[in-house]
Amino acid sequence: MNAEKYMNPYLAGFLLGLVLLGTIYVTGRGLGASGAVKSVVLTSIIKMAPEHSANTPYLKSYGEENPGGPLKDWLVFEVIGVIIGAFFSGVISNRTGIKLERGPNITNKTRIIAAIIGGALFGFGSQLGRGCTSGSALSGMAVMSFGGIITMLAIFGSGYAFAYFFRKLWLK
Amino acid sequence: MGPLVPFILSNEFNLIVALIAGIGFGFILEQAGFSSTKKLVGLFYGYDFTVLKVFFTAGVTAMIGVLLFAHWGILDLSLIYINPTFLWSALIGGAIMGVGFIIGGFCPGTSVCAAAIGKLDGLAFVFGSGLGVLAFAEGYPMLEKIYLAEAWGPVLMSEMLGMSKILFAFLLTAVAFAAFYFTRLIENRVNNIHPKLLKERVVLYSSAVGIAFAILIFVAFVPDSKSRIETRINKELKLNDFTSAEIPADKLASEIVNNYYKINVIDVRSQEEFKAYHLPFAINIPIEKMNEREWKKILDQKHKVNYFYSDDHEMTKKAYLYAETMKKPENYILTESSSDFRKIFSDLVVPTPNASKKEINVYNFRKKAATDMAALVEALKNSNQPVVAKTLKVKGGC
Repeated sequence: MNAEKYMNPYLAGFLLGLVLLGTIYVTGRGLGASGAVKSVVLTSIIKMAPEHSANTPYLKSYGEENPGGPLKDWLVFEVIGVIIGAFFSGVISNRTGIKLERGPNITNKTRIIAAIIGGALFGFGSQLGRGCTSGSALSGMAVMSFGGIITMLAIFGSGYAFAYFFRKLWLK
Repeated sequence: MGPLVPFILSNEFNLIVALIAGIGFGFILEQAGFSSTKKLVGLFYGYDFTVLKVFFTAGVTAMIGVLLFAHWGILDLSLIYINPTFLWSALIGGAIMGVGFIIGGFCPGTSVCAAAIGKLDGLAFVFGSGLGVLAFAEGYPMLEKIYLAEAWGPVLMSEMLGMSKILFAFLLTAVAFAAFYFTRLIENRVNNIHPKLLKERVVLYSSAVGIAFAILIFVAFVPDSKSRIETRINKELKLNDFTSAEIPADKLASEIVNNYYKINVIDVRSQEEFKAYHLPFAINIPIEKMNEREWKKILDQKHKVNYFYSDDHEMTKKAYLYAETMKKPENYILTESSSDFRKIFSDLVVPTPNASKKEINVYNFRKKAATDMAALVEALKNSNQPVVAKTLKVKGGC
């Protein structure tokens, strides 16, 4: 059976906007994603290497400010929801299955390495920029935050600026 | 009035809300095609602008909704989380994220979606972002300077551009619709296709544009709930007769002495005036702050009676009218000003021997009330401090 077509982007955007609006109305904050990775990673490091963490100021203050760890973290719960929601959507539209998507001219190995490097850059950048596309750009736009909107412009601006250099990864 | 957390919903329940919001978020991202890396990077090569369409539509929808909710008075914008601006870290962090996007083909939210349906590249990206977060934590001492530089606080785009929120919303909405139009042209050119837009689609899209602008016009030109209440109060101020709501100082004093636990004595003057002198057990709610929600739970108590006073009778009437817009409590106005109240009970003149019986009674009553009030204030000094309601700021961001 073939995978179903994707939803109309404007309809999807409208629905996503309503989810975001509802979240702001109920909780006073927007959506996010990279913060959950941060919570899980930093808490694990603090648990696994307590001595090292005590000597690293950033980890130390993170541990003190978030004593509940990931189990008390709003974004961790939200991202667990994202996994459930995305999986459910994949199931009803026939898109689940172990797969690897890549540009036509690269090997699977290159794709995985590129994904890890890209992820690392994104993870690093999201910490420096205080939020990723969801938490900073999208949620920032909804509340007209200057910081959120310039982060968004920087993300997409730099994406366009560097697209040419990495075209081999994606195009024929 | 929103946000519901932490006033109406607890912080624990908030985590359930997070789960539900996440399910909606993930479901829509996946349905929109954001679990596919090719669809995402299409944005940068011009063959697929889905990201821009979804992203901009969502942002504009939520933004218009936030303005509308604030207009209706159901969302308190002073309490919602505004991402603070740190100029350099936002720009540099954003630029690094952009490079990560074009190399990795995802952003954190979309990589989670992709991993959830079994995409190995998505999983690799999630793993990578964990490494990036860790690198930041370890390298923080070197980055701290950039990270904290140019802290401008939670400024809004509209403030930076020196325009009203609603005008900025108009502009952003217009930019979004223009972007949808032009990216369609680019998309068709890059993919070398010439699809015809169905007539129903044209009608649908144009009405969506129309509705968006109609809501913005509504928000811009129809008075909001706050100014409607204000207008109504000013009108009633002229028309109403307040004699039935007024009570004299003696009556209030006896209420304070006998029923202090059933009443709220509310001083609507400024904080300084309140500090200089106030009635026993008075709570200070300056009139311009009456609509702030920290006071609602005091003004709107079911079994309590509110007594308002100030030094300006018109102002007291206004406060009374404002309190009347809430359904539950009974409200009264102190006829005298606060300084008269003070005079009545502290500058007592012993009646002359040939004073009438009535005068002597009044003197005796006031003398006893003054001592009783002082004694009560002393006895309840610690238990009856006015409640200082804390305004909780919502945490947020990535």
